[in-house]
Amino acid sequence: MKRGPAKKRRSHKESFIEKTLAFSAGLFVMVIAVITIFIFSKGLPVFLQVGWQDFIFDTDWRPTRGIFGIGAMVLGSIAVTVSAMVWAVPLGIATAVFMAEIAPGHIGRMLGSLVELLAGIPSVVYGFVGLLVVVPFIRQHLGGNGLSVLAGAIVLGVMILPTVINISRDAILAVPKEYAEGSLALGASHHQTIARVIIPAARSGIITAIVLGMGRAIGETMAVVMVTGNAPVAPNSILAPVRTMTSNIVLEMGYASGDHQGALFSTGMVLFVFIVALNLVVNRVAKAGGINGKK
Amino acid sequence: MDLYTVRKHSSILMVGMLLSAVLLMAGCGQTDPSAAPKDGAALSGSLTVAGSTSVQPFSEVLAEEFMAAHKGTQINVQGGGSSVGVEAAVSGTAQIGAVSRTVSSEEKSKGVVDTTIALDGIAVVVHPSNPIASVKTEDVMNIYLGNIKNWNQLGGPDGPITVVSREDGSGTREAFTTLVMNKKDTIKTAIVQNSTGAVRTTVAGDKNAIGYVSLSSLNQEVKALPIDGTEATEANVKNGSYKLQRPFIYVTKGEPTGLSKAFIDFILSPEGQQLIVEEGAVSVK
Repeated sequence: MKRGPAKKRRSHKESFIEKTLAFSAGLFVMVIAVITIFIFSKGLPVFLQVGWQDFIFDTDWRPTRGIFGIGAMVLGSIAVTVSAMVWAVPLGIATAVFMAEIAPGHIGRMLGSLVELLAGIPSVVYGFVGLLVVVPFIRQHLGGNGLSVLAGAIVLGVMILPTVINISRDAILAVPKEYAEGSLALGASHHQTIARVIIPAARSGIITAIVLGMGRAIGETMAVVMVTGNAPVAPNSILAPVRTMTSNIVLEMGYASGDHQGALFSTGMVLFVFIVALNLVVNRVAKAGGINGKK
Repeated sequence: MDLYTVRKHSSILMVGMLLSAVLLMAGCGQTDPSAAPKDGAALSGSLTVAGSTSVQPFSEVLAEEFMAAHKGTQINVQGGGSSVGVEAAVSGTAQIGAVSRTVSSEEKSKGVVDTTIALDGIAVVVHPSNPIASVKTEDVMNIYLGNIKNWNQLGGPDGPITVVSREDGSGTREAFTTLVMNKKDTIKTAIVQNSTGAVRTTVAGDKNAIGYVSLSSLNQEVKALPIDGTEATEANVKNGSYKLQRPFIYVTKGEPTGLSKAFIDFILSPEGQQLIVEEGAVSVK
């Protein structure tokens, strides 16, 4: 490598690039900071005025009468998310294991591109299909009017499958070959190796997949608004209509003003805290150990 | 983490903070729209229309056409609700207040003058296969209060009623609450959709559903029920026999003058009324 003037020029160039990168990073920090400040400055007044316990736990939401309780929506978000995960997580992990460990290479790759296709469909399309296929099916075969927790769970489950499958598969593929080889050399069968060695070794990656899927499910809006009926009442059955926190914001944003608008920002604030908490959990889990955590 | 990376991190943070500050300042320094150059047109200046969110889309379209015809004028349209519209006109924060209900005598005593610019009807819709021929306003109210839960209570087939409503804050919901519900709350388990189109699609897809939409957005997908024996038609709204209707009103403090008068005259002209009909309300002429 040359020394002297060339080194000086290079360090000029490098410092320019470094500054550009720092500027980009600064811009990013700014965007996050501005969004956070904005949400909290708009949301806090009503949040404090109502009182945090009442705001989060009260299930009475009558914004035009000044009654702001998002308890039903918090429950709604949890109900829809949990029931989506109940079926999508096992299916997603099973698919990931199949793709990574069992399927021959070309089938694994084909499934991979199918999963990518699934991830690329806009959420409004999922919602539309849900409204025209899932909702009438539930109405005719299971009762109720179809716009329900169940419809939301089915549509959301399909939407989080790509997240769960992709991250779980990467975690499984990242398990060192020696683990599987060692297990097989000790006389364990292929299936025993998967169940007792590979999946436990990929545990933290799989948990990350689940939590990220959960984050996507809680944050999803468009498809959920279209299929869940949006009644602001705590669901008493899986066939009852439900409103999530995200739906609440998008439904009423258009015409809300004054305290009503503030209350929608407070809803966003609660959601924000929910999702930040989830991300913290992900970080903890990733650090907690296991092969993928230490990578 | 060594000292160098600490310094780098803090410099990134500082750049971010600096940029935030610049952005905030830029936001405060907006230019005054009324200072726009005038190109010799007879009318100039700016005007603010604030109030009812139901009137807002109409005001926006009318303002756009008006500004295109009169370069140098600037009309700002804001929401806020009917009462806010009256307050804004009284206090002078807006030259015109938009109201989608009748103006009370108390409000008139504050010196506002009202001009009706359009009428809007609200149609109660059900699935086309629903055999119910007509309903009373009271029945609709009881359905939305949750007192009537099955179509057989109204002489129809056995089937639990799916109640479809609009979201809180919607002008259509406000009008429905005033005209049909006597200001009482709709049952909480009602399905909520946030647009006329979504209400229509929901009702069209469920044979037990009932919903309400603006008269202008009626189509073949749903059946509008006659209320107290009167069909929901434009003619019946105009002659006053269809009761589920509301006026769209502009209020000004005192008689409208200058740009406000020119804008209101434009709306009441055949061209303005045509725009109102195209946007989906009923003409007052």
